[in-house]
Amino acid sequence: MSEFLYLYRLPADSPELPGSPRNMQQRLQKWTEWFRDLEAKGTLKVLGHPLQTGGAVVADGGRTVLDGPYAESKDIVLGYSVVQAKDLAEARAIAGGCPVLSYGGMVEVRPILQM
Amino acid sequence: MTAALPDEHFFRRESGRLVSTLAGMLGVHQLALAEDAVQETLAAAVEVWAFRGVPDNPSAWLMTAARNRAVSLLRRERTARRFAPEIGRQTDAEGADAGPDSAVAHLPPPLRDDELRMMFSCCHPDIPEDAQVALVLSLLGGFSAHEAAEAFLVSRAAMEKRLSRAKKVLSGTRALFELGARDFETRLTAVQRALYLLFNEGYHGASPEAAVRLDLCREAMRLVALLVEHPPAATPATQALAALMALNAARIPARVDESGDLTELARQDRSRWDTRLIGRGLELLEASARGEVVSEYHLEAAIAATHALAPSAEETPWADVVELYDALLRIRPSPVVALNRAVALAEQMGPERGLQALRSIPGAERLAAYPFYPAALGELELRSGRVDEARKHFRAAHRLARNPTEKTFLERRLARCEASKKP
Repeated sequence: MSEFLYLYRLPADSPELPGSPRNMQQRLQKWTEWFRDLEAKGTLKVLGHPLQTGGAVVADGGRTVLDGPYAESKDIVLGYSVVQAKDLAEARAIAGGCPVLSYGGMVEVRPILQM
Repeated sequence: MTAALPDEHFFRRESGRLVSTLAGMLGVHQLALAEDAVQETLAAAVEVWAFRGVPDNPSAWLMTAARNRAVSLLRRERTARRFAPEIGRQTDAEGADAGPDSAVAHLPPPLRDDELRMMFSCCHPDIPEDAQVALVLSLLGGFSAHEAAEAFLVSRAAMEKRLSRAKKVLSGTRALFELGARDFETRLTAVQRALYLLFNEGYHGASPEAAVRLDLCREAMRLVALLVEHPPAATPATQALAALMALNAARIPARVDESGDLTELARQDRSRWDTRLIGRGLELLEASARGEVVSEYHLEAAIAATHALAPSAEETPWADVVELYDALLRIRPSPVVALNRAVALAEQMGPERGLQALRSIPGAERLAAYPFYPAALGELELRSGRVDEARKHFRAAHRLARNPTEKTFLERRLARCEASKKP
């Protein structure tokens, strides 16, 4: 078994957003089911956290600080989780059921380096 | 932590409550900011609750978050002004370093009446009736412009225009309507009318999606309940309006079957009517029977009550129904009311009298696009044994049908014509 970091990404200009209150509640419903399902299957290693937009990027020995939201990144990272899967193929398949896909978002699947 | 949401309309309802409260706190001229704050709050709730679960008191969570969001939007607005020196200087001099936090702190605490006041604000006399209804649906019902457009069968662009014009008038009023204001009564009449139209759009609407838009009916009933609970607004007409909604809504389970097909009153399985709603409706109707004025809502509720109490279509006191329609025609003459009266008359006096009444409806040309006019002609011709005539009318009605439900309904009537053709 390997572990994979899921980064839930959403283009800032997704035409699906923000949607009506009804859409938003449906979205929440899907997310709740998604996490419940992953937990039931025992594949959810770390639930993770939702992330606020904004923040800062610090670089160049602290001399360069970019305050978010960053003009150069086209999408927002909504949050992250860690999921357990047999291999990348399985991790990809699981990510295919993520609700963020239903409103214009994407999941970045990154294997966690284990040595 | 993992409390469930009360029901699938929670976000819509909360949206109405939050927008009303923020507009009450900040003034209606800040309506756009209030709407932005609420939208951002709900979007944030989706993300946070997805990971952390729904909090124990989701309404309180949203209210706090929305207030904070509004404050930060106000601060951003103020900062933007500060960096536009010409516009900013004066305002800043006045406000010193007070900041938006204290601006909010000085505001009165949110009142339970904010939704009610917003409802009255939406029915401003300078806003046309159809826009008032749209505005109520949008601001209090949490419908997006797109959803409201679908509900009223207009294009999205047309609905956006209708809403933005109405919001412009609304924003010009600055404060939410005062429930003690001099024109309370006049405004109440407009509010009742808007809720009536909203309910009817749901009940009889021409939406392509379904014959009954339950959400619209539900929303109208929720809002009319707010009026009923607020003494100055709970006039006999308000109670009668609430009664008529309850009594008509009671028939919904029998009116539309599982596949979404319509069943007309005479053929409905009355055991499927909602007895709880009928009870509530009768209670309200009784409460409304005071005072001098008999409103159109009283008459419509009385008609609905007569049906609700009749054990079958045959045992309905049709003479009473016809009389009630006559009284309704005197208050609000309309070809649709006349059509319903003619159908009741046919039940009372036979199909020929009904046909006669149908053909002599004043302003019948206004029914030219209404499928139930030829459908009623067809029904009565069929009952008179003139099958070919009946078929002609049902075909005309079928061409006018506005949604699959109406089409299916009329196809069944056409099939009935074929069946009665055979010996």
